[in-house]
Amino acid sequence: MVTSAQPRRAAAPESGRRPARPRARAVYPYAFYLPAGIVYTVIFLVPTVMAFYFALTRWTLFDSEFVGLDNFRDFFAEQNLRVGFRNTIVYAVVTSGLKVVLGLLLGVLLTSNLRLRGFLRSVVFFPVLVSTVAVGITFSVLLKPDTGLVDKALGVVGISGPDWLGDATTALLSVALVDVWKGVGLATVIYIAGIMSIPRDYYQAVEVDGGGAWHRFRHVTLPLSWPATYSVIILSFIGGLRTFDLIWTMTRGGPGFTSDVIASIIYKQYQAGFYGLATAGNVILFLAVTAIVVPLVRLLDRREIHS
Amino acid sequence: MRTTVRRIGAETLALAVAAAVFLVPFSFMLLTAVKDEKQAADLDFAWPTSWPVVRNLVEVISARDYLLLTAYVNSTILTVTSVALLVVFASMAAFVLQRRPGRVAGVVNLLVLSGLIIPPAVVPTIWVLQGIGLFKTLPGLILVEVAYSLSFAMLLYRAFIAAIPRELDEAAMIDGCTGMALFFRVIFPLMRPVTITVILTTSVAVFNDFVNPLYFLPGDENATVQLTLYNFQSQYSTQWNLLFMDIVLITIPPLLAFVFFNRKIVAGMTAGAIKG
Repeated sequence: MVTSAQPRRAAAPESGRRPARPRARAVYPYAFYLPAGIVYTVIFLVPTVMAFYFALTRWTLFDSEFVGLDNFRDFFAEQNLRVGFRNTIVYAVVTSGLKVVLGLLLGVLLTSNLRLRGFLRSVVFFPVLVSTVAVGITFSVLLKPDTGLVDKALGVVGISGPDWLGDATTALLSVALVDVWKGVGLATVIYIAGIMSIPRDYYQAVEVDGGGAWHRFRHVTLPLSWPATYSVIILSFIGGLRTFDLIWTMTRGGPGFTSDVIASIIYKQYQAGFYGLATAGNVILFLAVTAIVVPLVRLLDRREIHS
Repeated sequence: MRTTVRRIGAETLALAVAAAVFLVPFSFMLLTAVKDEKQAADLDFAWPTSWPVVRNLVEVISARDYLLLTAYVNSTILTVTSVALLVVFASMAAFVLQRRPGRVAGVVNLLVLSGLIIPPAVVPTIWVLQGIGLFKTLPGLILVEVAYSLSFAMLLYRAFIAAIPRELDEAAMIDGCTGMALFFRVIFPLMRPVTITVILTTSVAVFNDFVNPLYFLPGDENATVQLTLYNFQSQYSTQWNLLFMDIVLITIPPLLAFVFFNRKIVAGMTAGAIKG
């Protein structure tokens, strides 16, 4: 193994061991990639690649018949599937937008000199760790029409609340709001980390110039927490496009198919035995994610340099 | 002076609203879980008139032949095994990735990024699992959880390893430590902080996972806690106290992790996010 390498400066001759530097091959063997590599390849890479073939077939898991682009045509020909595609985009945009705005506001609030700051940070973050199914069930109860707590609370101030999850116009947005409730804690702690890393000097400079709170926010906090905004947008966009659990526990895509997203359609097609169609849905999701996230990464990277 | 007062007022208001928005759902869960069946059906905020806590607890646990206990055992095995494998696999791979830059490392980095972005293709994964005889088995689901968490764990490890000086590797080499020995006797013990972070964040994620058990481990005998909760939803549509007792029971493990390791979890999640 050890070839005639030059003696190292740190070699201690009295130790009596070979004062040679083994090659990277022995010290950092590529074999270390093997366990992770095998699992990742078999469970993730192979299915991802095979999806592109199976998406073009009528498939029963045991045998598949090549049908060309039929699955994709079906996917976009059926109105409910088209709605699902649109819903996915709407959901991702709404949730990531709200997480940025609310996460930033909460981040600013929770880095200011507040009593109970630590407590509130914990309270805001905890839902991130609670299971999505539990959150989904709890909120479907809270959002029940008329008898649910949310509608009752609105009733007190004289507003008759809608049937949040039962009405085609509000179902998707209601689920998106619950998603924001559950996920805004992560956005907030990312913003807190970002805001804390802004050097104090900038704020002192604003103070010397006589700038107020708004000035501090607009010209220091907002531009300098850009890396945090970037992370929050990317993370919640990817999460939003893939969303399934919350939709499935709260509405199952209903009423009708008005709150279906791509991931819930994939599950429904899978349950119905249309494996090829389900896989086509997966490929569409894959293409949508890369088509949106990759340019988004590029765009946001460029902004980072200019701002 | 007046602006200070107004500022404090506004902040108090913001605090009150935020606290209400985040605390009300949790208090609602707890309150409903300890009510009797009749009062729980009101689904309101009233103070419990009677406190059948133990009875609700026993009823939930013994329901459907102690399914919840089976589910707890399954979820524990799933979480512990997949996190243990993940820690070993991800730390080894990240070590070589960080220490040995080059073409191979370039490819691996690309794969790590793909793992973060690409949504997994579920039905083809079922096909693969069926091919190797692991579909609908706990080991199959464990491998799935490991595969899906690798990228995130490797990012955390890679960042941490970058801060471990190479001089240490060299010192160990002089003592004749290379490869496995160098990694497991010298480097791995040094990574304790990041290992704890990886363990905490992925344990919570795996324990709370709903989608993967739904696809890869259907059926009652292998149910995980999230699946049983989901199934209880239709079963207990009139016994809200039991449903919410179930929710409370399932929320306890993440709550404990949160109470004891809040800072670690937050640190891990923000680090992963910002480097991702």
